[in-house]
Amino acid sequence: MKKNKQIGGSTIHVATRRWWPLFLGPVVAAFIIGFVWPFFQGIYLSFCSFKTVSNATFVGLQNYIKAFSDVSFRHAFWYTALFAVTSLVIINIAAFAVAYALTKGIRGSNLFRTVFFMPNLIGGIVLGYIWSMIFDGILSRFNTSIMVNAKFGFWGLIILVAWQQIGYMMIIYIAGLQAVPGDILEAADIDGATGWQTLFRVIIPNVMPSITICMFLSLTNGFKLFDQNLALTAGQPFMIQPDGTTVKQTEMLALNIYNTFYTSSVASQGTAQAKAVIFFILVAGLSLLQLSFTRKKEVQQ
Amino acid sequence: MYTAETGVPVKVVTASAGTYNQQLTAEMDKAAPPTLFVIGNTAAARDWADYALDLTGTPIEAELNTDAYNIYDESGKLVSIGYCYECYGIIVNPTLVEKAGHKVEDIKDFESLKTVVEDIHARAAELGFDAFTSCDMDSSSSWRFTGHMANLEYYYEQEGKTWTECPPELTGKYMENFKNLYDLAINNSLTAPTALANGGHDASEEFRSGKAAFQVQGSWEYEGLKEQVPNAVMIPYYCGVEGEEKAGLNCGTENCWAVNAKASAEDQQATMDFMVWCVTNPEASRKLVDSFGVMPYKSAAESTNTFLANANQYAADGCYVMNWATNFQPNVDEYRATLVSALNAYNADQSDANWETVKTAFVQGWAVQYKAVNG
Repeated sequence: MKKNKQIGGSTIHVATRRWWPLFLGPVVAAFIIGFVWPFFQGIYLSFCSFKTVSNATFVGLQNYIKAFSDVSFRHAFWYTALFAVTSLVIINIAAFAVAYALTKGIRGSNLFRTVFFMPNLIGGIVLGYIWSMIFDGILSRFNTSIMVNAKFGFWGLIILVAWQQIGYMMIIYIAGLQAVPGDILEAADIDGATGWQTLFRVIIPNVMPSITICMFLSLTNGFKLFDQNLALTAGQPFMIQPDGTTVKQTEMLALNIYNTFYTSSVASQGTAQAKAVIFFILVAGLSLLQLSFTRKKEVQQ
Repeated sequence: MYTAETGVPVKVVTASAGTYNQQLTAEMDKAAPPTLFVIGNTAAARDWADYALDLTGTPIEAELNTDAYNIYDESGKLVSIGYCYECYGIIVNPTLVEKAGHKVEDIKDFESLKTVVEDIHARAAELGFDAFTSCDMDSSSSWRFTGHMANLEYYYEQEGKTWTECPPELTGKYMENFKNLYDLAINNSLTAPTALANGGHDASEEFRSGKAAFQVQGSWEYEGLKEQVPNAVMIPYYCGVEGEEKAGLNCGTENCWAVNAKASAEDQQATMDFMVWCVTNPEASRKLVDSFGVMPYKSAAESTNTFLANANQYAADGCYVMNWATNFQPNVDEYRATLVSALNAYNADQSDANWETVKTAFVQGWAVQYKAVNG
């Protein structure tokens, strides 16, 4: 019996060693087809002029020059940056506050957690339309609309993403807060630390990993925001310059890229592709920077 | 129906609203691209000319009864041909107009239109209905103004020399006339101008249920309202232009067939057979005419649509047909979105400064979008 088992065990072991590519294959293939290949083709296309992707001609850096000299792209960049930072601050403070409150043993906190998490289950486009109805319903009482005032558009979008993401971040913070060791808290209590001191000196340093993750997520979410932006304002209102050119006041980077690709001429599809590559580098770079910055503040237990 | 009759399979791919170009771009890249597709205006003709077969001298061209709805590219190649046409203008409910003590026949120019409209709006509470239906600026309705009503400016700007391609810039000479009719519509309607940006009003329903006597619309509305307003008629865009008593309706089409030049000869022939069948087969053309309005082909079925009959009557009475110059709008989605933005600001506050912005979006915006498309 014992012998047989060993033989069987090592047979499986040898087989796994020999046949692992077969098991890894489907996932790797899917990853290459769905991600790696399009990614590199995208980078290649950013140096091309094309209408359909199978029929592209190489044009060098021309697309990048056009992308950087585009006023609307620069506006979208600063607008997106402002939006990402604002939403990052609001979402994280609110999510942490809610998580903190819900780990204090309030009655029905499980129900509250579920309720706060729910909005996250609804898709962005749907949320955008729902909130545009809500905002329109309110603003029409004041004879105005989210489409006519860029300030409404900005804060409307902030409210929307806050509503959507606070619940999600809250779950991460709750997990972080529950992992803070009870003996440390007890020690702080015995040492006579006040509530605020415990929060800032003990709890926050201990949940730093959660804060890192949440800030990382909300920053990249802010930069990549697309559906909600499209559904809520689609860039309206436009600022119309005397020469007839426009800057879409509430257009974020992703929507700017989309608009460049689909609503302009053949010549601009390559430009849109170049913008997309710049966008990728930007988001990846910012996130890495942010990650390394917050990592330094983490406390190892 | 075609497959049952001939055994030739037909596969149709439908794009969701507003995404035809995206869908076509994706489909054209596939191994079995569509053989029949739509090139609706000169902008699309420019983008897709390489993919379109020259239809000159083909059997389907021989079936046409007019060349008014053909689209050519810059080299003179016939890239697509209309399979139906439509008209737009102002739909009127004559019963309501008479209830208010006026006659539709009396409306002959902008002045007479204005008199009737303003009178009805002023007495709306007493009459129980208003002049114009809501002029919403959301995406489901704004095209009635940025696409259709704008046509009057373009049409008159042509000064009788019909555009054959998109002009690089506009003069905006008839902007005042556009303003005349636009102001009349937004200021004498069921919904206050300041509440138009949000949208959410069903203008067609307002017209059908007799809440308003006028609606800026097109011939495709006929099917929806023939039950409730059987005697509805369509009148031209009267806007205060000299000699407009002789104006007719705005007729044209964006529904034009193009055949994929990169498809095999066999597939092209099959496509051609299908097109000819659509316009000659009595049953098929009946169906198409009933859903599209009217078809410019010799053997196609007759139209039952009153508005298209109105269009024919105006033409028969010697009135000028206002061609769809609007189809030349360069980079149309962007151009119209900009116009909507400017009109939203104007609707909220009808100041001269805001109208200047509308003008900028309308006139300079054209040149900007022209450059965006043509490099």
